[in-house]
Amino acid sequence: MGSFLLKRLAAIVPTLFFVSVLIFGLQQLLPGDPAIAMAGEERDPNVIAYLRGKFHLDEPLPVRYGYWLRGALHGDLGESVRIQQPVTDLIVEKLPVTLELAGLAMAVALVIGISAGVAAAVWRDTRWDYVANVFALWGLSTPNFWLGILMILFFSVKLGWFPASGYVSPSENLGENLAGMVMPAFVLGNALAAVLMRHTRSAMLQVMASDYVRTARAKGLDENVVILRHALRNALVPIITLTALQFGELLSGAVLTEQVFSIPGFGKLIVDAVFNRDYSVVQGVVLFTATVYIVLNLLADLAYFAVNPRMRG
Amino acid sequence: MAATLVATDLPRELTPGQRALRRLWRRRGAMVGLAVIVFFVAIALAAPWISPHDPLATSWSAVRKAPTAEHVFGTDEIGRDVLSRVIWGARASLLAGVISVTISLLVGVPVGLTAGYVGGWTDMLISRVTDAMLACPFLILAIALAAFLGPSLTNAMVAIGIAATPIFVRLTRAQVLAVKVEDYVEAARAVGNPPLRIALRHIFPNIVAPLIVQATLAIAAAIIAEASLSFLGLGQQPPAPSWGSMLNTAKNYVENAPWMAIWPGLSIFLLVLSFNLLGDGLRDALDPRHG
Repeated sequence: MGSFLLKRLAAIVPTLFFVSVLIFGLQQLLPGDPAIAMAGEERDPNVIAYLRGKFHLDEPLPVRYGYWLRGALHGDLGESVRIQQPVTDLIVEKLPVTLELAGLAMAVALVIGISAGVAAAVWRDTRWDYVANVFALWGLSTPNFWLGILMILFFSVKLGWFPASGYVSPSENLGENLAGMVMPAFVLGNALAAVLMRHTRSAMLQVMASDYVRTARAKGLDENVVILRHALRNALVPIITLTALQFGELLSGAVLTEQVFSIPGFGKLIVDAVFNRDYSVVQGVVLFTATVYIVLNLLADLAYFAVNPRMRG
Repeated sequence: MAATLVATDLPRELTPGQRALRRLWRRRGAMVGLAVIVFFVAIALAAPWISPHDPLATSWSAVRKAPTAEHVFGTDEIGRDVLSRVIWGARASLLAGVISVTISLLVGVPVGLTAGYVGGWTDMLISRVTDAMLACPFLILAIALAAFLGPSLTNAMVAIGIAATPIFVRLTRAQVLAVKVEDYVEAARAVGNPPLRIALRHIFPNIVAPLIVQATLAIAAAIIAEASLSFLGLGQQPPAPSWGSMLNTAKNYVENAPWMAIWPGLSIFLLVLSFNLLGDGLRDALDPRHG
C-alpha cells in the first residue's frame, strides 16, 4: 500500500507542473502587450504601468512563471482587475453554489443512470433495454443549455411549477433554494446519467455472466438478491471510479447551466471574467478546476485500490 | 503461396474494408444518422439558394412573429427569418465540427505516433503534457483558450481543436503500443525498414479504424462545444447566424417567442445525435469484437 501510494503521489507532481505551465502559457496567447490587453478599454497609462510591474512583464518568461507559481503555491492566484478582489476569495465565495448544483446533479445522475443501467442489463434486448438506450443517446446528444431553455418553457412558463431563474441561498430559505435547483440539477445531471447508464449496463452484463452469479442462482437465491447483492455490488466498483472522474465534466457543464438559470456560481464567475477581460480570474478558475480533477483522480485510484484486493499484490 | 491459394479458392472473398462497410450498412441507426448528416451538409452547401430570406435582413414590422406561411419557423427579436438563420447556421456548426477535429487529428496523431513508437523520454514528456491537458475539463479549457485568443468562430474552432487533441494523442499512443509488438512490425524492422517508414506504412494503417470512430464521436462533441461557446458569446459573433448564438438570444424571449429556441436547439440535437449514431455504428462495424 505504502509504495503504491508514494508512486501515485509522485506521479501527480509532473502533471500539476505541466498544468501550471499550460495555464500560465495561456497569457502568451494574448495578442500584443498583455498589460494593454488586461487594462481594458480605457488603456489608462497608470493602470498599464501598474500591471506591468505587478505581473513582472519586463522580466523574462521563466522568471515571470516563477513568480506566478510561487504565488499559486501560496494560494495567491492574483487579483481580479475588475472587482479588485483576490481571485482565491472569489473562488471560495462562488464555489459552494456550484458544489450544491453539482452535488444535486450527481445525485440525479446516479439515481437515473444506475437504475436505468440495471434495468437495461436485467431485461436485455427487451423494450426496457431499448428505452434505456434511447434515453442514453438523447442524454449524450442534447446540449444542456437547450434542455434548460425547454424546461423553463414547459415547467416555468406553461405550468408555473418552478422558478425560471435566480438563486436563493439555502441558509436564507431552504425550500426556495431546492425549488430553484430542481431544473438546473436535472439539466446538468442528464448527460452524466446517460454515461452512467451505459457503463452500468455493460458492467452488469459482464458481472451477470460470471461464475459467482451463476453459483448464487444455483444456490436458489431470490433473483432480486442475486441482482442487487451479488451482481450490482461488484458492478458498482468501476462506476464509482467513473463518477469521480466525471465530476470535472459537471464543473464544465455547470458553466452553461448557471448561464441559463442565472445562478451566481463558479461558471458565471469564469464567463463574467472572460467578458471583463479579467484574465487572472480565468487562469485561477482553470487552475483550480484542474487541481480538483487531479485530486479526485487520485482519490478514485485509492478507492479502487482499497476495494479491489487483487491490486494489493 | 498458401495465401494466394486460399484467395483463389474463395473468389467472392471480401476485403476487410468491404466487410466493415457491409456491417455498417446493416446498422439501421448508423444509416439514419448518415442520412441526417448528408441532409444537413446539403442544406449548408445549398444555403444561398434554398434559404427563403436573407438571414441578416431585419424587419421592424415582423418582430417576434409566430410561425406563418411567410416565415415557417417564425421571426426573431429584430424580425429576421428563423428558418433562414437555421439553414445558414448549419454552416457554422458543420464547419466547427469538421475543422476542429481536423486540427486535433493533424496534431494529435503524429504526436501520439511519436510517443508510442519512439518511447523513452519523448513518450514520458508527451504523456505528461497530455495528462495535464486532460486534467482541465474540455469545455473549461476551450473557454479559457477562446477567451485568450479572442471571441470569433475561427478562434473557437482552434480552441476546440486544441482542447480535443489530447484524446487523439492518448488513443494513437495506446494503439501504437499494442500494434508495434505484432510480428509483422517486427518483420518489417528485421528486413531493415527505417523507423519512419515502419511507423507510416506498417503501423499507421492498422490503427486507422479506432481513429475514425473517435473522430466521428469527436465531431459530435465539437459541434456541441461550438454551440456552447457561441451560446456564451465566445464563438460566432452577431449578426452572423449560429445555432448556439441564436439560443443565447432566444433564452431571453422564452415566454413570448418560444419558436426562437425550438428550431436551433432541435437542429443541434439532431446533428449531434446523428454523429453519435454513426460513430457507434462505425465502432461496431470496424471492430467485430466489440458488442
